[in-house]
Amino acid sequence: MQTTIANLKKGERAIITNFDVEAIPLKLLEMGCLPGNMVELIQIAPFGDPLYLNVNGSHLAIRMETAREIEVEIIDPRT
Amino acid sequence: MPFVWKLLAKLKLKLLTQGHRTNRWKKKGEMTKKNINIALIGNPNVGKTSVFNQLTGLNQQVGNYPGITVEKKIGFCKLPNNIKANVLDLPGTYSLNASSVDENVVIELLLNKNDKLYPDVILLVTEIENLKRNLLLFTQIKDLEIPTILVINMIDRMKYKGITLDIPYLENQLKTKIALVSSRKGIGIEELKNVITTYKTISTEPCLNASSIDEVYFNNLQKTFPNQSLYKLWLVVTQDVNFVNLNRTILKNNSFTKTNSELKRLQQKETIKRYQFINETLKIGQKIDASSATDFRSKLDSLLTHKVFGYVIFFFILFVIFQSIFEWSKTPMDFIDRTFAALSSTSSEKLPPGAFTNLISQGIIPGIGGILIFIPQIAFLFLFISVLEESGYMSRVVFLMDKIMRKFGLSGKSIVPLISGTACAIPAIMATRNIENWKERLITILVTPFTTCSARLPVYAIIIGLVIPDKRIFGIINMQGLTLMLLYLIGFGMAILSAFVLNKVLRLNCKTFFVVEMPNYKLPMFKNVAINVVEKTKAFVFGAGKIILAISVVLWFMASYGPGEKFNNAESILLSKTENSTLSKFDFKNKVASYKLENSYIGIMGKTIEPVISPLGYDWKIGIAIISSFAAREVFVGTLATIYSVGGSENDTTIKNKMAAEINPDTGKKIFNFASGISLLLFYAFAMQCASTLAITKKETNSWKWPLGQLVFMSSFAYVVAFIAYQILK
Repeated sequence: MQTTIANLKKGERAIITNFDVEAIPLKLLEMGCLPGNMVELIQIAPFGDPLYLNVNGSHLAIRMETAREIEVEIIDPRT
Repeated sequence: MPFVWKLLAKLKLKLLTQGHRTNRWKKKGEMTKKNINIALIGNPNVGKTSVFNQLTGLNQQVGNYPGITVEKKIGFCKLPNNIKANVLDLPGTYSLNASSVDENVVIELLLNKNDKLYPDVILLVTEIENLKRNLLLFTQIKDLEIPTILVINMIDRMKYKGITLDIPYLENQLKTKIALVSSRKGIGIEELKNVITTYKTISTEPCLNASSIDEVYFNNLQKTFPNQSLYKLWLVVTQDVNFVNLNRTILKNNSFTKTNSELKRLQQKETIKRYQFINETLKIGQKIDASSATDFRSKLDSLLTHKVFGYVIFFFILFVIFQSIFEWSKTPMDFIDRTFAALSSTSSEKLPPGAFTNLISQGIIPGIGGILIFIPQIAFLFLFISVLEESGYMSRVVFLMDKIMRKFGLSGKSIVPLISGTACAIPAIMATRNIENWKERLITILVTPFTTCSARLPVYAIIIGLVIPDKRIFGIINMQGLTLMLLYLIGFGMAILSAFVLNKVLRLNCKTFFVVEMPNYKLPMFKNVAINVVEKTKAFVFGAGKIILAISVVLWFMASYGPGEKFNNAESILLSKTENSTLSKFDFKNKVASYKLENSYIGIMGKTIEPVISPLGYDWKIGIAIISSFAAREVFVGTLATIYSVGGSENDTTIKNKMAAEINPDTGKKIFNFASGISLLLFYAFAMQCASTLAITKKETNSWKWPLGQLVFMSSFAYVVAFIAYQILK
C-alpha cells in the first residue's frame, strides 16, 4: 500500500519509494533515508510528533512535516 | 572526587608534556623525523572520544580553533618502534557535507595540506551496530586519498547483537586495514597502535568511483583544475568552506556550473551511489543474526518516552540534579569561603604592612576566593550534564519535548542549551549549533541567558542567606532552598515566555529540518565523564577567573586611592568633625576607613549612580558591585568582598557577616533587608551582565544586532522588575 511515513502505525515497516529532494534535509539522506531502504516506526512522541524511526539500521527522530514528504510502500506484515 | 582527578591530570599532563617537549627539541636539532599526525574522525555517539582517551591517556590539551569557538583537542601518544604521534580529536560529523561550524573544521583541515595538523593517517572511528551509516563517511574520507584506518568500536557488543564480520573481505573491499577495538573495555588498543605504525603501507585508493554519477560534469571540473583531486573540487563546489588554493567564484562561474538545486540532486545521487556500494559490501562482509539480539533498548525507550512516565522521569531527574547540586556543594563552598577569609586575615597580619600587603590581602586573595568558590557547583553541573549526554538519555528528552517546545518557537533540541545554561550560557549557546532551523536556533540563543547560570548562584546564595530566614515550612521545606528553586523557575519561565514573544515578533521564514539521532543507551564511562568535567571546569575557572581577578585588582586600587583633599586628609577632616564626641579609637579608625572609601575613585563612581539605583533599594556600595559586575555577574560577590575588606578594619569575619552588619546611615535600617534583597535577586535574575555571553551571541549570530538587543532588553526589564518589587515590598 502506497502512503507516507506520517501515516505509519507504531511497529509498522515500509520501503521508501520516493520523495522530493528539496523537502528533505541532506543529513537525513546521509543517515540512510533513501529510496529502496526499509523504515520502521518505533515510537510516536506524546502529542503525536515527532516520529522515532529505524531507517536502514539508523535510529533517528524526524518531525511530522518531514515524514509527510517521504512516500513509502507498507510491507505486508504476513510476509 | 573531581579535585583528585584534576590534580592527577594536571600532574601527569605536566610531566608528560615536559618530556614530550624536550624530546621534540632534541629531534629538531638532529633534523630527524617529527611526530606523525593522527586525526580521529567519526560520527557522533561512536565512542570516538573514548578511543582518543585510550590512546592519549590524560596526556591531552584542549583549546579552540582560531577565531571560532570549536573545541580543539590534541593529545600525544607513544607508538611502537619509537614513533610518537600527535592525536587530534575532530568534532563528530555524519558526512563531509558540513552543516555546522564544527563540521566545517573537519573539512577545512582535510582540504589543507599545509596545515600543521594535516593528518598523516586518519582513524575513522565507527561502531559495530551502525556500521552501515558509519561507512558513508568512510567512503568520503577515502576519496581524499589520505591513508585511513577503519576502527570498529564497541566490539564487545558484537556477540550480544548477533553480529559477525568477515574482516579479510571487508579490508579488501574497503581497501584499508581494520582495527577492532572496545574503548570501553580497553580491548584492541595495543593492536590499533601497531596498525597505525604501518600507515605508509595503507592504500590511498578510493573504494568507489563516485564521479560516475555525472561523468560530463566531473570531466569538465577536472579539466578546469587539472592539478586538484576531483573529490576535493567537489567538496569546494558544494560546501561553504574556506580553501586557500581554490577560488570558489571561478568554480561557481563556469560554463558547466549547476544550480543549487541541481547540486543537491547530485549530492543525493552521490549518497545513493555510496550506499549501494556499502550495502553490497556489507551483504557479504557482515552477518546479523537478529534472533540473538536482545530488546533492552526498545523497552527502555517506551518507558522513557512514555506520555506520562516520560515526563515524570524527566522532571524527577531535573529535581534530583538541582537538589543535589545545592546539597552537595554547600560544604565545599562554605569551606572555600572560610579558608579565604582566614587566608586574607593571616596574610595581612603576617606580611609587613604596606600597600603591597593590602593588595594581596584585600585585592588578590578575596578575588581568587571569589573564583574558586564556583568550582563545586560548576563541577557537579557539568558532571550531570555529561552523564545525561553520554548515556543517550538527552536525545530522548529532545524527542519528548519537541512538540511542546515548538509552541514557544523553540525546538526539542533547545532543551540541551536550556539545561546546560544552568551551568554557563557560553557552552549552552554553542550547543545550539545542532538546531537546524535558524529561527528556532536564534530564539534559543536569545533566551538562554535568562536561565540561571552558575555565575548567578553565589550572588543568590549570599543574598538569600542574608534576607531569607533559615526556617522550615511544614517542618520539611527549607525556605532558603525554596527561594533558590523559585529563582530557577523564574529564569526558565522568563526564557520560555520571551521565546513565545520572540516567536510572534520575529518574521523569519525557515525550513524546518529536524533530524535527531537516537543513540543506543550506554553506561557513561567514568574516565570520559571525569575528563569532561575537569576540562570544562578548568576552562571556566581560568576563563572567568582572569576577568574576575583583573577586576578585583583594579577595584582594589580604585577603592584604596582617591582624588583630592577629602581622600588624602580623611583623618584630619574627621578629627576636626568629631572633636567633641567621645569615640573610641577603634570606632574612629572604622569611620576613617569608610570615609576614605566613600571618597575614593570607586566611591565617587558609586555615589554618582546612587540616584539611579536608590529607587531599587540599593546604596552606593551595591552600585559599585553592579557596575563592576556588568562585565561578569559573578564579580558581584568579589566586589563586595573587596569593598568591605577595604572598608572595615577587621579581617577575620566572612563577607556574609560583614554584609549582614551593614547599616544605612540615613535610615538606620539594614542595607540588606527583605525588600532590597528581593529586588537585588530579581535584578540579577534578569539583567544581562556577562560580556562573554554577548561576545558569543555576536559570534554565533554574526551580527551586533542580537547581542545589543539582549543587553538593552534584559537589563531594562531587570531594572523595571526590581523597581516594582522594591516599591511594593518596602
